[in-house]
Amino acid sequence: MSEFEPRIVMFCCNWCSYAGADLAGVGRLQYPTNTRVIRVMCSSRIQPTFILQALKDGADGVLVTGCHIGDCHYIDGNVHTEKRMENVVEAMKLLGLEGRVHLEWVSASEGPKFKETVTEFVEQIKALGPSPLRAE
Amino acid sequence: MAELVGAVAVAGGGIAGIQSALDLADSGLKVYLIESSPSIGGVMAQLDKTFPTLDCSMCTLSPKLAEAARHPNIELMTYSEIKEISGAAGNFEVTVTRKATYVDPDKCTACELCLAKCPSKVLDEYNAGMSKRKAIYLPFPQAVPRVMTIDADHCIYLTKGKCGNCKKVCENDAIDYEMKDKDEVINVGSVILSTGFAPFDPTELEQYHYEHPDVVTSLEFERLLSSSGPYVGHVKMANGETPKKIAWLQCIGSRNPEIGRPNCSAVCCMYATKEAMVAMEHDSELETAVFNIDVRAFGKGFEQFYQRAKNEKGVRFIRSRPSGVDIDPVTNRLSVRYEVEGSTETAGEEFDMVVLSIGLTPSESSKKLAEIAGVAMDEYGNIETAIDAPMTTNVPGIFACGTIAAPKDIPDTVADASGAASKAHSILASERGTLVTERTYPPEKDITEEEPRIGVVVCDCGINIASVVRVPEVVEYVKTLPHVVHAYEQTYACSTDSLDNIKDVIKEHNLNRVVVASCTPRTHEPLFQDTCRGAGLNPYLFELANIREHCSWVHQQEPDLATEKAKDIIRMSVARVALLDPLYTQKLDFNHGGLVIGGGVAGMTAALDIAEKGFTTYLIEREPELGGLLRTFTRLQDGRTTGEILDPMIAAVKSNPNLTVYTGTTLDEVEGAMGRFKGKLSDGTEIEFGSAIIATGANEFEPEGYFGYGSDNVITQSALEVKLDEGTVDAKNVVMIQCAGGRNDDRPYCSRVCCTTAMKNAIRLKEEDPERNIYVLYRDIRTYGVWEDLYTRARELGVLFMRYTEDDEPVVGDGTVTITDKLLNDTLFEIATDLVVLSAPLVAPEGVENTAMLFKVPVDSNRFFLEAHIKLRPVDFATDGVFLAGSAQAPKLVDESISQASAAASRACSILAKEQLETSGVISVVDEDVCIGCGRCTEVCPYGAPALKEVEIVTEEITYITRKSEIDPAICKGCGSCAAECPTGAITSRHFTTKQISAVIDAFAFADGSIEEVA
Repeated sequence: MSEFEPRIVMFCCNWCSYAGADLAGVGRLQYPTNTRVIRVMCSSRIQPTFILQALKDGADGVLVTGCHIGDCHYIDGNVHTEKRMENVVEAMKLLGLEGRVHLEWVSASEGPKFKETVTEFVEQIKALGPSPLRAE
Repeated sequence: MAELVGAVAVAGGGIAGIQSALDLADSGLKVYLIESSPSIGGVMAQLDKTFPTLDCSMCTLSPKLAEAARHPNIELMTYSEIKEISGAAGNFEVTVTRKATYVDPDKCTACELCLAKCPSKVLDEYNAGMSKRKAIYLPFPQAVPRVMTIDADHCIYLTKGKCGNCKKVCENDAIDYEMKDKDEVINVGSVILSTGFAPFDPTELEQYHYEHPDVVTSLEFERLLSSSGPYVGHVKMANGETPKKIAWLQCIGSRNPEIGRPNCSAVCCMYATKEAMVAMEHDSELETAVFNIDVRAFGKGFEQFYQRAKNEKGVRFIRSRPSGVDIDPVTNRLSVRYEVEGSTETAGEEFDMVVLSIGLTPSESSKKLAEIAGVAMDEYGNIETAIDAPMTTNVPGIFACGTIAAPKDIPDTVADASGAASKAHSILASERGTLVTERTYPPEKDITEEEPRIGVVVCDCGINIASVVRVPEVVEYVKTLPHVVHAYEQTYACSTDSLDNIKDVIKEHNLNRVVVASCTPRTHEPLFQDTCRGAGLNPYLFELANIREHCSWVHQQEPDLATEKAKDIIRMSVARVALLDPLYTQKLDFNHGGLVIGGGVAGMTAALDIAEKGFTTYLIEREPELGGLLRTFTRLQDGRTTGEILDPMIAAVKSNPNLTVYTGTTLDEVEGAMGRFKGKLSDGTEIEFGSAIIATGANEFEPEGYFGYGSDNVITQSALEVKLDEGTVDAKNVVMIQCAGGRNDDRPYCSRVCCTTAMKNAIRLKEEDPERNIYVLYRDIRTYGVWEDLYTRARELGVLFMRYTEDDEPVVGDGTVTITDKLLNDTLFEIATDLVVLSAPLVAPEGVENTAMLFKVPVDSNRFFLEAHIKLRPVDFATDGVFLAGSAQAPKLVDESISQASAAASRACSILAKEQLETSGVISVVDEDVCIGCGRCTEVCPYGAPALKEVEIVTEEITYITRKSEIDPAICKGCGSCAAECPTGAITSRHFTTKQISAVIDAFAFADGSIEEVA
């Protein structure tokens, strides 16, 4: 049997983490192919239902990324993201989906961190195995 | 004085000319962009990648070419040369010779039918003569304008009267053999000279055997590396084999007084490093060596790039200038002959290929143009400018920018170009808008009732995407997706012809949505959106699928998985585009004032440049006096006192009626965005402005803990300058130590200015007392460009140079300095000294983080401000309306700071000059029927855009007053936080609606494309 290849939805904000992903590309930093990026203008656009929907649709994990606190293009949008994601991560524990949703800050100049973030999350989800919600 | 004319002639269509033209055109001036070859683009179009980010050169340039081509205020005059200039500043008559192209540009569609039939083959200049083109040709695939040209010297019909094939096959009757050169007179207020350089021809340096087929110039090597080059990116030797070992020989035609070329060409060290790295990226087994005198990695990020090449990639940097290349008479193999550093031994090393890093020389056409314009040149043929007026020639109204004035790299050229535009704009500010036309688009098609009809373009990006992702397979897959009516592959989706093609395809297939799968929307979305508008589609009915930065570039070893990922990415984009709505912008009045933070030379120049154009300007300086870092130094490299440039500048700032200066003041609060910033100063003053420039400069590092700093006889260069001015240098033996606290783990960057400063001061010390012994202990001497003169002069005066390495630094003792000299076979010297002068790097001042925070702009790891793009947007931030200049961006010399400052002013004024600002269509709106007036949106909005208002609700049973949210479109920035917070879904975040994002998530999940079933 081939190794389990997780399918991961990744949210990136336009100004920091998406730019960080672009920079990883410009730097030809190689990372696993498991993530699919959905771009939003600000991580604060990501409402918790998007994460639930992704998991329900069969994502093995959801990685939410945005600007570092203080770097937000919209002043403090990411502060709200942080609060919302704390709640989502907490809810995941209650639902038996612990570890499948993760929030990370990646700036526009952090190509290497983008690579690490993706690589580590893919490893984490590989260790967890396929999502119990995944329809096979 | 004659009437002012609101038009500018820009001579030279390389990146410099293009940038000048775009800035002026955006500011409301008419521009004639005159280029002698058939296409704009210049040398940058020939480059493969650019240092230090290894960005694809064409990828960053191509959108600029397209923008220049479609700008309504720019008239391209390609294949044209300036013949005569008469008149004076404000009103020149320029005679332009339009060379006959023998092709009617209005009829030619560049269908290329003629290419196949043309029998005459000619060496292709674009590929540096390494391949052939036809006598009728397009210079390169992304050429602008996209029209054929007949090379009259090689056309068989035009030379012998026979053939005529192209005319026979042309279906549009575009060929006109009777066409003649003709002169056209244009009337302009200013002229900008930006005709660039010529690559040095190494033939005269016979010892390097350029005639050998495997000895190539660096420009030829760029073409060898390029996927659009003669061997589609596979570097090959003349025998067809792949080279295993390549040498780069630096300073070919530079730093060589014997052939009358004593100056440094400023770019070769970095391009050679880049070429070596890219070549090794193509072939991981390749061995590379760069033979150099000094590695001049002086620009932003260069030193780190050089260290990476050396330490991580294994490029060998051999410190020696080879005396020649030997050719084995039997095997014909190449061997580089060089003297081993620190000894008198000569070594020979075999290489498969030798790349000559040729310098930048003034071109003959530039010299001719300078003569026509009557501008003065220096002894080497560079246009003469001054440190305090780096774009200004001796002829009023005629400016120079880019490499025509001195060798420089792309970002410095771009800054120079915007700076020259600023100078021309200042003269003609009163004439803005008098000669220009509005950009017009065809009427927008109403698609609201239509089913989605989606077209998808999948870009190869040369080999950037296609070498990893199987593009044809992706195209076939995309065709199966719902609503996709047309999908096709394109080599470069962003080239002008491809953009025109997209317009045609939109019409032909009656498309109402478009997806381009190529690179990042952060750079290319506006270009494609504009193309959609040009075909009558609302620009928001477009989506970019990023299969390069997010796929092919990061999964280079995984073609299968990358191909699958590309399919997923495009499927998700198709799902999204199907649900996108047309959006409309609003035009708003805005504040036309400028704000400059920092009152050094950069800040003062920027403020003056804005104020001169008639805009209200505020200049804020934290210190009680204007002048910044330059106040701590006493002399410029040209021998003038710093006061000679500071005093008139300060006087001009203080007397300009449009300019208000606040010294001893800081900017403490900022709110708003481009066009409507509000700021509060430390003295309580409230100001409003539309655009801001950050020019907060840098300070000389206090080298505590380095080389005995702190003792009485160990001082920095700035302290030495003060002493020199006072005449109090009481020392017979002076030791200067370079890189004191720089180029190390704490400050890994090169501070750029210190070598030039050290030379300037070493010369002064020698001139003051020729009996003095001066020793300069260095790692690399980086007197780049024309400042190599100072290094030469210092050596002529008897200044002694000794080289040390980072892991074997000099030791400063009591009255002595010991050094292991690398130049003299690691000999240990003890130098008796009575004065040690440390060349300490420039560092970002305290408080940059606060300034960064005020405007939400980034700083890099060395605490210098981070520009939007290191090559082509050197003074822009990613944030609209905010710009940067001077050493706040990275250390720089005075002339460079001034050029950047004028550039930042030009960029800011291209916004301030607009009558109204257009708002974004991407904002949030409230559905009043669903809103329950809870007010959570007002709590999360960082801008206060939503406000609760009382409304009267009238129903059949009852009338009551309740609260509903309303969002001010002028304030909303479109982040969407309110939509995420709204508990009832009353808020729609346009372009990122819940429905649209949900569809993308579903498309992620359902790989069979059955989007609608689950939506």
